[in-house]
Amino acid sequence: MTRFVMVADLRRCVGCQTCTAACKHANATPPGVQWRQVLDMETGSYPQVQRTFVPVGCMHCANPPCEDVCPSTATKIRLDGIVEIDYDLCIGCGYCAVACPYQARHIVYKRDLAYGEKGAMRHEEARFDESRMSVAMKCNFCQDRIDSAKETRQTPGVDPEVTPACVNSCIAGALNFGDRDDSGSNVSALLAENQTFRMHEELGADPGFYYIWDKNHEPD
Amino acid sequence: MSQIEPRHQINWDWRAAGNFICGGSGSGLVILAALASSSGVPYWPLGFAGAVLVGMGLFSVWLEIGRPWRALHVFFHPQSSWMTREAFVSALLLPMTLLAALAAAPFVYLPDIAAGAISLAALLAAAYLYCQARILLASKGIPAWRHAALRPVILVTGLAEGCGFLLLAMALFGGAAVSPLVLLLLLLLGRWLAWRRYLSGLKAAGAPVKALAVLSEATPMINGLGHYAAAVLVLLALVMADLGSWLGALAGLVTIASGWRLKFVVVARAAFNQGFALPLTPVRGAGVPGPGDKPGWTKSGY
Repeated sequence: MTRFVMVADLRRCVGCQTCTAACKHANATPPGVQWRQVLDMETGSYPQVQRTFVPVGCMHCANPPCEDVCPSTATKIRLDGIVEIDYDLCIGCGYCAVACPYQARHIVYKRDLAYGEKGAMRHEEARFDESRMSVAMKCNFCQDRIDSAKETRQTPGVDPEVTPACVNSCIAGALNFGDRDDSGSNVSALLAENQTFRMHEELGADPGFYYIWDKNHEPD
Repeated sequence: MSQIEPRHQINWDWRAAGNFICGGSGSGLVILAALASSSGVPYWPLGFAGAVLVGMGLFSVWLEIGRPWRALHVFFHPQSSWMTREAFVSALLLPMTLLAALAAAPFVYLPDIAAGAISLAALLAAAYLYCQARILLASKGIPAWRHAALRPVILVTGLAEGCGFLLLAMALFGGAAVSPLVLLLLLLLGRWLAWRRYLSGLKAAGAPVKALAVLSEATPMINGLGHYAAAVLVLLALVMADLGSWLGALAGLVTIASGWRLKFVVVARAAFNQGFALPLTPVRGAGVPGPGDKPGWTKSGY
């Protein structure tokens, strides 16, 4: 089996938001909608204050609450673990958006460009998709790229052409993508070598987004 | 921290609340009308009103969906979606209630059909009310909705509103008054207890601070008017026989208004999302992780 996951190294992320910009470019999401964003979290109190940059988005859960509640079966979980939306089935009821604990889903009701119609950018014109209007949308791990890997015989997470745009753009190597069930994959190695957590794990959605917070230490 | 703390969800507004308000009242009324029909209260206006209320709720939520002409897709996922199940039940509930009302109406009057249809409609209405409670419970992104103690609140609120409508109708059309009054008193007690349990359960489990603030702010009105004043009116109605039906109707009105307010507050005002959290911060420099944080929550859990 294949289980595509994202692994974010919190020790490396510098909060530059290049991944956010790359995602917006790749998917032409409208203003205010970010399928990939990086949170800037301050924790602790003076003088022990820490600042952590946390990339978030759809966690592609193995037990996704959005898929459970979707009345139209528009939200589906693929065999490779990617949670996708069939825009032609979705009725835009928003139930998935209130079921998602990660605020990953958005509904936009009309075409909205960053600088208006007169200032339409090339990528906005090229990638505008009418079928995404008034229905739920979210990160799909750039599934078109991943799906093309079979034809090109490339490996998602290794070859940039078949890897999500956010991962390709990461200047710090903080974002990593790959098949968790492949013991030889980059993400399997990262998960084996490091200590990780997943956000809101207690809710039982089994998210496919891991955060590295420290390396594994050898026992004394 | 504004992007990290729980924020109010923007996908379900008053139109979604309208489904829970009208659907809960309507299904409660269909159930109570069935119970009252055995003691001589005319079923047909009540059953018809119940169906209209459920229909209004469905129309309200239809106004909310982004692609209204694909509404029939709502039937595609009965395996796990409570919204689909609600839709299936409504597709049976509405015609069954209308059939029961028609068969019980004096200008048609088919008693054999009416008796069976009234009972079936009441069962379907109970299922409909249960589906509504489960719709909220399955919304894992909204802590104030996913708490299990909200389920009895939604159920008993719908029944209390149904009883309120029944008392209102009895003041207008006449009928035996004592048993619905006693039932309303019991339902008010049940709603008060359920609401109390829900609030304390939410506080104990931890919830977004803003959601709890909204619920706490609404509670004095819900309790003061919806529970205490309504209970006093019911007691007065039981004591003052000559004004009993009108006092009962007033208690019913107060129960309905406070129940609608309660559901509006829960669905449209207290719907703050999960927000984001860190169980701990990454190890840098000194080699030890920092403490985690769950901003905007009453309990960090970390």
